[in-house]
Amino acid sequence: MSTETSTLNLFIGENDEYIINMGPQHPSTHGVLRLELALKGELVERVVPHVGYIHRGIEKMSEKLPYPQIIHLTDRMDYLSALMNNEAVCLAAESALQVEVPERVKYVRTILAELQRLASHQLWWCAFGMDLGALTTFFYGLRDREKILDIFEESFGSRLLHSYYLPGGLMHDIHPNFQKRVKEFLKYFRKKLPEYDQLLTGNVIFQNRVKGIGLLSKEDAISYGVTGPSGRGSGFACDVRKHQPYSAYDKVEFTECLHTDGDTWARYKVRVQEMWESMHIIEQLIDNIPEGDYTAKMKAIIKLPAGEYFQRVETARGELAVYIVSDGNKTPYRIHFRTPNFSNMFVMSKIGVGCKIADLVALGGSLDLVIPDIDR
Amino acid sequence: MEREQLKEAIARLAPGLEFPENAQLTEVLAPTAGFRDLCKALRSDAALQFDYLISMTAVDYPDHIVLVYHLHSSALGHTLVLKQKLTDREKAEADTVSDLWLTAEYQEREVFDLFGVHFNGHQDMRRIFLEDHWVGHPLRKDYVDEINIIER
Repeated sequence: MSTETSTLNLFIGENDEYIINMGPQHPSTHGVLRLELALKGELVERVVPHVGYIHRGIEKMSEKLPYPQIIHLTDRMDYLSALMNNEAVCLAAESALQVEVPERVKYVRTILAELQRLASHQLWWCAFGMDLGALTTFFYGLRDREKILDIFEESFGSRLLHSYYLPGGLMHDIHPNFQKRVKEFLKYFRKKLPEYDQLLTGNVIFQNRVKGIGLLSKEDAISYGVTGPSGRGSGFACDVRKHQPYSAYDKVEFTECLHTDGDTWARYKVRVQEMWESMHIIEQLIDNIPEGDYTAKMKAIIKLPAGEYFQRVETARGELAVYIVSDGNKTPYRIHFRTPNFSNMFVMSKIGVGCKIADLVALGGSLDLVIPDIDR
Repeated sequence: MEREQLKEAIARLAPGLEFPENAQLTEVLAPTAGFRDLCKALRSDAALQFDYLISMTAVDYPDHIVLVYHLHSSALGHTLVLKQKLTDREKAEADTVSDLWLTAEYQEREVFDLFGVHFNGHQDMRRIFLEDHWVGHPLRKDYVDEINIIER
């Protein structure tokens, strides 16, 4: 037996634990993340995450770039929430310059953020089902996500990394078809979203895989800084849209989806519910986009006054905070991104303990990780 | 809580706190000595309850390093920027707060990796993004990398 284990390249640690690596090329980590697992039989005794495989030094690069160019880098952090990342830098720069952006811009940004959230949650839903062996969900989710990406493509020419915002407003006005197509999509998706529940939510095998797995208490969620749907599944009321409204979120009515169970099932339910809420938000705004300019009057070279600026936004995965230290030049002296996935992922070293390996896949899927957002 | 009330409540906790004017958010510059005790008090004080560390990072200046903590109270909804100044850039050290806010364990590792600030009392002071044999701390302003950083 001992010779067999050595050819399998397993390492035996203290107390007869098997040490194995999950990743960096494991499909369920959704990117290059390595989890070092100490196993006793099939039970996970210890989870040590190793990150940094795609660390690109975005913060260091940004110190040499003017603000409109930094926006292009933020796309590459959480690529499924690209527009919200753009928005965070724009809002920080606008509050520093004390620029009042036109109402039209606020409405468009809110609608696009919610569309992006929908697209992101759809991709999470289909990948989550697939992680647990329900391959069909992948086709259903991508089918609907494609419609949103088509709207994005028509509006600003890109499907994933948009860089559509500039400090002060938008890069160009929305496409004349935009409102019509968004309304068509909402009508379509209101019929399709119940299918998600029929296909996966009510499935007994699926429910048994996710219920009671990866319990995260509210105290731990706050202490680990787990935000977004993952935090709200534990009852942590952390929705920045609700508590510190930006753009047009103060003009719309929506519910902050909270569950108190703190398990993988609760996090699943929060995200599905959030898809309904996102549609509800878009419906309130899409017919009322005010006429006007698509950008405020801005100088050609943006220089933030010396000082420190902090802006929080809610991306599809949680709270993104941008911290800018400016010395009055056209490049920031220091820029820091507090990314949601960074905190969300490291909680696995706490809640992954005691799971089986297969449960760890469910748990990781329910945290909805995007690895470039951790590494930056 | 209003900004003035917040300042008063915090000023009671420890001596020697400075409150810089004209800051976007309520800001406190705390002395390095007794910083951990101040953090403990901020977290447990009934009127403050800063239980959520939004972000923790550092800023490198020519002659000192500033550690910046953005704190938030999930129950009361107020935000605070807490700072401490490390005057010794060569041998930068600070006390850990990773047992007060668990997320700080990883954020401190990031600051250690990219700024070279050592946190006393931290359980697992390793680099987080870069390889263990990396030389230097890239987010310092005087970091030199002749291959990858092109000066214009």
